[in-house]
Amino acid sequence: MDYRSPGTVKEAVELLTAHNGAGQVLAGGTDLLVKLRAGFVDPKLVVDVKSIPQLRGIAVDSGGFRIGAATSCAEIGEHAPLVAAWPGVVEALHLIGSTQIQGRATPGGNLCNASPAADSVPAMIAAGAICQVAGPAGEREVRVEDIVTAPGRTSLARGEFVVNFKLPKPRSRSGDAYLRLIPRTEMDIAVVGVGVALTLDENGVCTHARVGLGAVAPTPLLVAEGAKALIGTRVEGKALDALAAAASSACKPIDDKRGTVSYRVKVAGVLARRAALVALERARRQRI
Amino acid sequence: MATKRHVTTIINGDPAEFLCATEQTLLDVLRDVLYLTGSKEGCASGDCGACSVILDGRLVCSCLVLGVEVEGRSVETIEGMASGDELHPLQRKFLEHAALQCGVCTPGFLVAAKALLDRHPDPTETQIRYWLAGNLCRCTGYDKIVRAVLDAAAQMRGN
Repeated sequence: MDYRSPGTVKEAVELLTAHNGAGQVLAGGTDLLVKLRAGFVDPKLVVDVKSIPQLRGIAVDSGGFRIGAATSCAEIGEHAPLVAAWPGVVEALHLIGSTQIQGRATPGGNLCNASPAADSVPAMIAAGAICQVAGPAGEREVRVEDIVTAPGRTSLARGEFVVNFKLPKPRSRSGDAYLRLIPRTEMDIAVVGVGVALTLDENGVCTHARVGLGAVAPTPLLVAEGAKALIGTRVEGKALDALAAAASSACKPIDDKRGTVSYRVKVAGVLARRAALVALERARRQRI
Repeated sequence: MATKRHVTTIINGDPAEFLCATEQTLLDVLRDVLYLTGSKEGCASGDCGACSVILDGRLVCSCLVLGVEVEGRSVETIEGMASGDELHPLQRKFLEHAALQCGVCTPGFLVAAKALLDRHPDPTETQIRYWLAGNLCRCTGYDKIVRAVLDAAAQMRGN
């Protein structure tokens, strides 16, 4: 197995495109090394992207945030402005694994490993994150909900990888939240994960909303009906009932040892309601 | 056979260098190449924490880091916790509180607890339990471990 650690995006693209795309990206390694050990993958080449400056750290400008795709969850959680602006995204990233996993795991890896139950993805979807993707044809932007296409598969072409995640500066009176249910207290795979982001006007009426749902379909989902249930409402009573119903309807889950279809469908509605309430509280408290 | 890679690094404050295959993890290197066998392999999948080390100030599972990735970096292992013959307060408190039985998880717990107290010198019991969620113990039931960490933290604060 060859190991290379390129210092530029261009070099990384060349390495990943060569050898019929036999190279695998290495960021935090918390998924890749497990697969390597178990014999599930046998890459001829591992391309460590952690030495590429654009992939590490968080850049802030008037438009918002650019989170390097290979920034560790631990480091992301230490960025006070990001935590204040997008607490739901950060809390989702912080539910991945354990403290040890947090020290290495990255949002790029969590997304591109393409588990249907990836914790950060529903929150990224709710936040409207846009991925900057680099590849042999140049750079392009892809909405985060368009990356995962099936369990373990992404829409990225050969030689492509995610450089960073763009999050806009939140509008005034905005809040986001992520909740998940796991069988244990920590260190388990989501049975359901819900991300909700919403914005209120000065009268407390919801003007924008996005809902992301994870672990209940072959891919993480953007639940458009969930957003429709909230927009134009005060995010209470019947609106929350409609949101819960939309989340439950959007589920296409499987039965497995962590949860049955009917359990996941029910819990999706419960968590959607609770996540909306947390996002609402955060939106009410935020003034820009 | 592929050529081994030469890696230069700092381990427990001392410069170190080693040769390793690209497939070898940091845990493989610590144990099999450097004979620092304090870090243990419990699962090889990052779930049990028995291999915990501190890499550039971050608590990580050494089974999930490739040996080649520590080039130019700084690694702290269980072997670096005591100062010569003097045990670290966490090590003393683990002994006083009987926070170990077979001892396999213990190096991982000690390194993880040190990483916690390095950043959060006054953690609550809940914060300790969540921070240590990535360290599994089959023997003790965790309670004595948590009390040892609380006691060590108090002593290190000078209480």
